Amino acid sequence: MAEYKLLTKDFGMDGIQTLAVYERIGGYEGLRKALRSMTPDELVAEVKTSGIRGRGGAGFPTGMKWSFLPKDVHPRYLCVNADESEPGCFKDRALIDENPHQLIEGTLIAAYAIQAPIAFIYIRGEYHDQRLLLERCVEEARAAGYVGRDILGSDFSCDIIVHGGAGAYICGEETALIDSLEGFRGQPRLKPPFPAVKGLYGKPTVVNNVETLSNLPHIVLRGGAWFASVGAEKSTGTRLFCCSGHINRPGTYEMQLGTPIRELLEDECRGIWKGRSLKAFQPGGGSMQVLLPEHLDLPLEMDAVQRAGSALGAGAMVFMDETTCMVDVSMRLVDFYQHESCGKCAPCREGTYFESELMHRLEAGALTPAELSTLTDICDNMNGKCFCPLGDTATWFVMSAYQAFRGEFEEHCGAGGCPVKRRHAAMAVA
Amino acid sequence: MSVLTPKTRAEIERQRDRYPHARSAVLPSLWAVQHQLGYLSPEGMKEVAELLRLTPSEVEAVASFYSMYFDRPGGRHHVLVCVNVSCALRGAEEIVSHLESRLGCPSGGTTADGAFTWEHTVECLGACGGAPAMQVDHHFQENLTPERVDAILDGVRGAPAAEGPAGRPHRSSGSAAQRAS
Ligand SMILES: Cc1cc2nc3c(=O)[nH]c(=O)nc-3n(C[C@H](O)[C@H](O)[C@H](O)COP(=O)(O)O)c2cc1C
Ligand code: SF4
Ligand code: FES
Repeated sequence: MAEYKLLTKDFGMDGIQTLAVYERIGGYEGLRKALRSMTPDELVAEVKTSGIRGRGGAGFPTGMKWSFLPKDVHPRYLCVNADESEPGCFKDRALIDENPHQLIEGTLIAAYAIQAPIAFIYIRGEYHDQRLLLERCVEEARAAGYVGRDILGSDFSCDIIVHGGAGAYICGEETALIDSLEGFRGQPRLKPPFPAVKGLYGKPTVVNNVETLSNLPHIVLRGGAWFASVGAEKSTGTRLFCCSGHINRPGTYEMQLGTPIRELLEDECRGIWKGRSLKAFQPGGGSMQVLLPEHLDLPLEMDAVQRAGSALGAGAMVFMDETTCMVDVSMRLVDFYQHESCGKCAPCREGTYFESELMHRLEAGALTPAELSTLTDICDNMNGKCFCPLGDTATWFVMSAYQAFRGEFEEHCGAGGCPVKRRHAAMAVA
Repeated sequence: MSVLTPKTRAEIERQRDRYPHARSAVLPSLWAVQHQLGYLSPEGMKEVAELLRLTPSEVEAVASFYSMYFDRPGGRHHVLVCVNVSCALRGAEEIVSHLESRLGCPSGGTTADGAFTWEHTVECLGACGGAPAMQVDHHFQENLTPERVDAILDGVRGAPAAEGPAGRPHRSSGSAAQRAS
């Protein structure tokens, strides 16, 4: 089975970033159909029928999330989560670069469904060119009557504000995103109340991922039932998988959910590079647990990957060949979480610091076995005890790698350097 | 005396009026200041506070949380190299040591001629499919080799500073938690 192109169908088309070309291929017809022939409630029902689950990481059913908004409380807000900073993830950037109007159309459809007068697109600071592109596209759409007052002659009005972040992974967490958008340090808030009840400016708010929203024009045009027929039963539709690491052809590939991971690796990524073999991979981005070659026959299906002890998360697949040092990889991820911890709660603020310090000494071959055994204690004091998922996930990869590659971790103790790198350097010379 | 130009002040006012609540304009306003000055000076932040009707310490507390705002001037061009996993698997460390020797200063430093400030970052830049990757003045540069890095740096060295990003990273190795203190 090859790629299944729904969201990526028009990637690479000349001029697709302009309204004229997007309209020529049927762009904004989904929005027109929704405004002309569907009530907001019918639209929510259609999205429920599609079975689509959020593409931002947690996989929550989108239609259900929308229906949690309390009746008759206005205004409501839509936040588009374009903060994409999960290690290994670059699909939202591709969706913006390669089809920005698809996202804007999806955003307007969602705003209509929840009756939001303003949609905010929160885009990470590093995506500077992407922010400028979106701003230009929003103005183009405004001039054509898709954004602003009485859209396409209906009585629905919606403005879109593109808001640039400034370098903080935690602002991808929905309540931290809201804090940041309100002009504060982006730190998570206690839930409940959930954003659906009390979000931006204290009002009911929906936060959805870029990829989730980019699906909506297709769901509206082709119907929820059609969408539900694509993919797997409880993971409907397609997903964009960001593939990177030791593969022959890195990139973003859109696959029907349910396809075996092996097909993604072999057919799209063209296998592991340099004729080497696969040692391990990470299926959902930096936060998720390590999987092994024996897991390649798992389907790209949210629940199946979860049952195997990991998750599809944000759709990043990082493949590692036989020469990879799992301690080095763990150290880099732990460093990331230590750097990105927002400092609000002690288990994460202090725990990531201890983790990072320990992993650096381990990778340098300067740790004793007794010290290594404290790694589990540190992680036990974090996992499930942190204020938000960042602190929990800061333990997931390293703990799973420690379990699966225990010998490699132990071998580092007192080795005076990285034994894995030493071994492969020696092999390269021989 | 205003340190901000009428253009920057007008941009901050435009941002302020875009949002239901003026405070939401803090981040875009700080970007406008950094665009003009190359970094966030205390005077610049004070003016943001006045325009948004906040206290200077409220604005500074926000600014210090985010890693892309600079607290001191730096080189005309800014280079940010990713060392997260996908880049590391494909040679990020080689790029880092190449930059170190080519630019003659460690990560976080500025070249003697003031052309470049560079740093490496543990934050994935969202370019893992083109690893190893970096950003130069906020533009992605991917599939790097030492030779490509040389060509890219030669290409921008003479060019004027690009929009916004020039300036020196502040406390680049600290966590957000440390940035908080
Ligand atoms: C630490 C952390 C970082 C996150 N980063 C992102 C992100 O960059 N983009 C995103 O869409 N969701 C991110 N999420 C998930 C959001 O909180 C939220 O669930 C998501 O945006 C909802 O959109 P969806 O239902 O369309 O998936 C993150 C969550 C956590 C805990
Ligand atoms: S777990 Fe980490 S990121 Fe989340 S609130 Fe606590 S300190 Fe902040
Ligand atoms: S790991 Fe370097 S860009 Fe993602």
